[in-house]
Amino acid sequence: MGKIVAVTGNEACALALRQINPDVCAAYPITPATDLMQRFSGYVNDGKVDTELILVESEHSAMSACIGAAAAGGRVATATSSQGLALMWEMLYIAAGTRLPIVMPLVNRALSAPLNIHGDHSDGMGARDTGWIQLYSENAQEAYDNTIMAFRIAEHLDVRLPIMVCMDGFIVSHSIERVEYVDDADVKNFVGKFEAVHPLLDLENPKSYGPLILTDLYHEYKRAQHEVMTKVPAVIETVSAEFAKMTGREYNLFEKYRLEDAEIAIVVMSSAAGTTKDIIDQYREKGVKIGLLKPRMFRPFPFTEIAEALKHVKAIAVLDRADSFGGMGPLYSEIAACVMQMDSKPAVTNKIFGLGGRDYLPDQAEYVIDELIEIAKSGKVKTVKEYIGVRE
Amino acid sequence: MSKKFWEELPQGSVVLEAGSSAKFKTGSWRSMRPRWIEENCIQCMFCWMYCPDMSVKVTEEGKRADFDFEYCKGCGICALECPGKKGNKAIVMEGEGN
Repeated sequence: MGKIVAVTGNEACALALRQINPDVCAAYPITPATDLMQRFSGYVNDGKVDTELILVESEHSAMSACIGAAAAGGRVATATSSQGLALMWEMLYIAAGTRLPIVMPLVNRALSAPLNIHGDHSDGMGARDTGWIQLYSENAQEAYDNTIMAFRIAEHLDVRLPIMVCMDGFIVSHSIERVEYVDDADVKNFVGKFEAVHPLLDLENPKSYGPLILTDLYHEYKRAQHEVMTKVPAVIETVSAEFAKMTGREYNLFEKYRLEDAEIAIVVMSSAAGTTKDIIDQYREKGVKIGLLKPRMFRPFPFTEIAEALKHVKAIAVLDRADSFGGMGPLYSEIAACVMQMDSKPAVTNKIFGLGGRDYLPDQAEYVIDELIEIAKSGKVKTVKEYIGVRE
Repeated sequence: MSKKFWEELPQGSVVLEAGSSAKFKTGSWRSMRPRWIEENCIQCMFCWMYCPDMSVKVTEEGKRADFDFEYCKGCGICALECPGKKGNKAIVMEGEGN
């Protein structure tokens, strides 16, 4: 068993990067991810890693340098948040389209305006369509474990795609929690040696990255990109099973909590799932058959598997820590697509919560469950999309 | 390029063949055409150096030869940079088809 410590999410992820010892990290500070790369730069300074740390002038440059280093044939990582991710936007698509396995902890934070530094999923959801794999973590332990597994997933020869490991800004990144580390040697062995695919630094075999592809082949390239995403779930399952063998900590594409015999269900990601589980326990004691489904893998989204896991419930509340203004919450849209595959067609509501780090408190979960009980009885949804925890 | 199916494409659109840009002939883009006036040419090779493609041919002796119009987009950089001889340009741009 590894060492048990009390650390923040950032500290744990920085340590994971130290254990993995990437070839190149290019980074630019942004709250709340600053602390993560700052700690990692300390490891570089102290000679604990061999990583070439490139301190760039913006996040656009950070991702650009990561793309260059990955194309050159290196194992590459960076970390960012919020506006930093937004500034990387065009480069995110290039990293994915070029099939470069860059690993990036994303410390989820709200987007401006108004300016806010606290946790919500607006940044990650904005990058939903970039072609990156996205894993969401409930706590520091999951963020640490996902960071280690992310290298194996991204670098798998069936995948070769960049990956974001998401955790909630401040709530996870800056809160001290119990974390069980994996021993350095075990991490090194688990992650293995980096295998470069078409490295630019292989001078014997010259090649070009980033060609112009117009109407004759672009559509085919996107079809191929769609195809590789369909291979990701199986790889995540294999890597997670191997990780469970090593650590005893089990991970799947999503977590089910008291869902097997549930009549109503809440779907929520990341740290809010923890609070929700506590309230679910209280309602279970009162005899309410409620369960939770917590997606871990948001991209690609496991539509079929989630449809199967939720088909027996009568009503579902999807809690989104981000909004698509004028549309539905992003997680709701995915769950609604799952419901379309079911014969049972449970009622689904969408609750927008916790924007800009607004606390998600037990009374919000209670409000949602009380309403779910009513919907399950009547079969009627009064308001499909609603903000909760809002002063009005 | 032959029309490929999506299953056959190289990962990440990496071009694995070196020097394949020679197959990409851009001469048909041209609306302006450079004309080389040999008597004004001092063989400074600026045109060869500035050409963004490979339209300026060089002989085995390292002397400037005439244009290779298969690669010339008619951008005019060579004509702009040409110092010429005694104020007379060795490259002038003319309308294509004139």
